Amino acid sequence: MKCQHCEKPATFHITELTEPNGPSVLHLCEEHARTFLSNEGTATPASALSSMLAKQLKIKNAAEELATADKKTCPICGITFADFRKFGRLGCAYDYIAFEDDLQPLLVNIHGSLQHVGKEPSNQTGSPERQHRIMQLKVEMKEAVEKEDYETASRLRDKISEVESGNESSWSKDALEDLGDDFQSDTPIV
Amino acid sequence: MRGQGPESDIVMSSRIRLARNLSEFPFIRKCTPKDRIAIAMSVHRALDSLPLSADTEYVDVAKLGDLDRQFLMERQLISHELSESQGARAVILDPHERFSIMVNEEDHLRLQVMQSGLDLEAAWQRMDQLDNQLESKLTYSFNKRLGYLTACPTNVGTGLRVSVMLHLPALVATKQIDKVFRALNKINVAVRGLFGEGSQFMGDFYQISNQTTLGKNELALVAKVREVVPRLIDYERKAREFLVNESRQDLHDNVSRALGILCTAKKISSEETMHYLSKVRMGVNLGLISDVKIPTVNKLFIHTQPAHLQKLCGHKLSVTDRNIERANYLQLHLAKRPESEIN
Repeated sequence: MKCQHCEKPATFHITELTEPNGPSVLHLCEEHARTFLSNEGTATPASALSSMLAKQLKIKNAAEELATADKKTCPICGITFADFRKFGRLGCAYDYIAFEDDLQPLLVNIHGSLQHVGKEPSNQTGSPERQHRIMQLKVEMKEAVEKEDYETASRLRDKISEVESGNESSWSKDALEDLGDDFQSDTPIV
Repeated sequence: MRGQGPESDIVMSSRIRLARNLSEFPFIRKCTPKDRIAIAMSVHRALDSLPLSADTEYVDVAKLGDLDRQFLMERQLISHELSESQGARAVILDPHERFSIMVNEEDHLRLQVMQSGLDLEAAWQRMDQLDNQLESKLTYSFNKRLGYLTACPTNVGTGLRVSVMLHLPALVATKQIDKVFRALNKINVAVRGLFGEGSQFMGDFYQISNQTTLGKNELALVAKVREVVPRLIDYERKAREFLVNESRQDLHDNVSRALGILCTAKKISSEETMHYLSKVRMGVNLGLISDVKIPTVNKLFIHTQPAHLQKLCGHKLSVTDRNIERANYLQLHLAKRPESEIN
């Protein structure tokens, strides 16, 4: 997404909480974010995202939460939450699940919602949970090979191709139980 | 930008874009050069297997020179990000410029549909069909809860950005534009200036678009942007009326002088050109200038930009030479010579 004032990418997503009519979100490039923030008489933070998160955490009086969130790492692409805050871009689709708790307040601030409504692809095999499942199975297969347990390795190989082709019968239920619990949990929609 | 379609005196164009990512690759910032090539190949292959390929051109942006990239950018067929980034990237072009598909921009795919004037519903219908075609051959990253997953959380959900480009010179002249911006921001509609470099809003063009992409379906998001447009048109019309009533003579003088400068200058920058073309455009729409047509003015906004000017000229030009060439070009098309209308 581009900056609201120019063609540069918007790396700063500023949520102005002091507006009398509720929060308003600004999407700005570094330069315009700096101008905006200096006009506001606020110190220029390294990232507006961090400023927003800091504001939220300040309310909760728990600054250490930010440090904990920053260290979280996505098992698929390897970025940390701190990386995301710095660049304003996620590394892969699974980040939405890996950083779910930390992204939720941001999503509520930007969109006022946590539930997609609208178009869905007819081919729904492209879920990040499935990508994660494939990765897990590949790790297990590698371990089985290392242990010279070729029977298990071969079973896992078949399983991987089933998941990849979208024909696996039980994976989605398992995967939801394994991985999706938090994601499926009820979160208040603001 | 043909100057056609409903409300085309104020609404320049409608645009809809979708952000999509392929499930088997990481998002762009974590893509290796090989990933980028593989994404471009997957999209190219998908396109080749669709009827769409017969009428479109797949352009390898990495192989284009500076001038060609800038040319596509000035026509809004590619973004600044796609033009300036590194590595494998492409754009699929429709020869009639009704849509373009950027590959390896901020997201793996950025589909955009353009429409002259205000016709968002038609634009969405075409976008939906285009998306369905590609989706039949590609696996998009999608999650039931958060919808289409995008590199930036500001686009997640529908991945939809609906925007309308408006020409609002009277709201600028009467200094009411900031008030309008503040009102729009409160209802989650973003406004930004167009054609400007840096923070400079040029030519009095403003683009309004939805800020949220999650929690409302595509048609609701289209409707949200669509609903504010008549109000903006109304404000702009009232501001124009006010300017005419306050002093028709002053306004007539102002727009005529703008035309005078464009017709007689010997050197002119693109910023100055935008500034005066905007006044001329309002003058034509208010019937104060009779011998210039709106489609001509709309085309001049594009053709006087640096890459277009150099393309028309057939070779690269220095800034000074561009300013001279631009003045010649404007004179040729705006001076009282009806045969010089751009076709």
